[in-house]
Amino acid sequence: MTIFDKFRGIEHRLEELKALGGRNPFDVVIERPLSSTVGLIEGRETLLFGTNNYLGLSQSPHAIEAACETVRSRGVGTTGSRIANGTQSLHQQLERRIADFFGQTHCMVFSTGYQANLGMISTLAGKDDYLLLDADSHASIYDASRLGHAQVIRFRHNDPEDLHKRLRRLDGTPGAKLVVIEGIYSMTGNVVPMAEMAAVKRETGATLLVDEAHSFGVLGPTGRGVAEAAGVEKDVDFIVGTFSKSLGTVGGYCVSNHPELDLVRLHCRPYMFTASLPPEVIAATMAALEDMQAQPELRTRLMENAAQFHGGLNKLGLTTGKTVSPVVAVVLDTIPEAVALWNQLLTLGLYVNLSLPPATPDHHPLLRCSVMATHTPEQIDCAIEIFQEAMTSLKAEA
Amino acid sequence: MSETVPDVSVLIINKLLANPKVPRNITGSSKIVEDLAFDSLAVMNFVMEIEDELDVSVPLDRLAEIRTIDDLATCIVSLKKGA
Repeated sequence: MTIFDKFRGIEHRLEELKALGGRNPFDVVIERPLSSTVGLIEGRETLLFGTNNYLGLSQSPHAIEAACETVRSRGVGTTGSRIANGTQSLHQQLERRIADFFGQTHCMVFSTGYQANLGMISTLAGKDDYLLLDADSHASIYDASRLGHAQVIRFRHNDPEDLHKRLRRLDGTPGAKLVVIEGIYSMTGNVVPMAEMAAVKRETGATLLVDEAHSFGVLGPTGRGVAEAAGVEKDVDFIVGTFSKSLGTVGGYCVSNHPELDLVRLHCRPYMFTASLPPEVIAATMAALEDMQAQPELRTRLMENAAQFHGGLNKLGLTTGKTVSPVVAVVLDTIPEAVALWNQLLTLGLYVNLSLPPATPDHHPLLRCSVMATHTPEQIDCAIEIFQEAMTSLKAEA
Repeated sequence: MSETVPDVSVLIINKLLANPKVPRNITGSSKIVEDLAFDSLAVMNFVMEIEDELDVSVPLDRLAEIRTIDDLATCIVSLKKGA
């Protein structure tokens, strides 16, 4: 018996996956990006349809310049926590800009989006409180529920009635009730029924936190996310999000009109006990935010591209989620089928994410694709053709 | 209506047997993960069905203590009594 025995199961499953298609699907290397939409993988130019880089801003010339200039003037890191030596004027500037963008009074910036969820949820919901989570919540939300001490109750995915029923069962119990939902669910691309969720919050007096990680920069007239799109921002107590998707950098945030957010800084361990974001990342993030605000057409193009890709895959007979969003998940029946198709797509020059149960809802493997504003209509057609070619060649082999 | 642990165990077993993949010989002392080959997600989803049937919410931290069908029944009965 060794300390590593617990990993033998996953070792065995990994060997099975490699035997099915030749590659380790968790060890894909993008040798380098050639643009926001094309990368070099296995020495080949490969179309990127699985990067979450929704607006293509990871390659923004404005953000690149801002990062270069800042790294030359400030160095490469802060070497400290936000509550010690890790807060520079840039961190406060970014917090102000994010708060202003959301029209909220307060903002905390975290070193990653994962830490923003981990920190906010575990800190807000204390020992005598209840945390109500959507069943399909992201791992960062489940991990937050384990780091904190609240009682955790799951409700059915995207089901406001089920949430209402579970809140009603808690009627009369002391303690705050914190409801956590996501704008766009990362695995399936499902969009939360935000207006209905906000109505449940109003009726029950619960506190509402919305993770806009995949909907920030994507939904809403100005890109503030699903709450803006549904016109219910005033019902949301806390908005959490990330810079590592639409803004193309790294880091997380929480915005709120509750002034007590500043007190959270002194209780929130994932905020306090880690190094703060490096200055060049802050500068690039602020520049990318400026790009996003200056180019609302990116959002229009993104949704047009999502509709083109979603429609194209459906025409091939593939099953996807019903809602058109920049996350397009192809649902497959079996793991061998998903692994074979994923490998064939990559060989033909298309990168998507392979997502396997239990990380996926309903035990179905998914080929999770994400569309970008910077994809051209020709690149989207090409990706759809690659899907068709891969399916045809796998059928012929069978 | 006040359910007893044996009542709730029977209800859970009947619900489980509706799934053709579950072994036919399960009893109250069957272990949910080992004997039924449920992963953590399957356990949480199954408990959700029982919650609806009995109009009770089982917090996830209570689930961590549960190994057998009888453990789950005991937990649900204590939650219904407000423990």
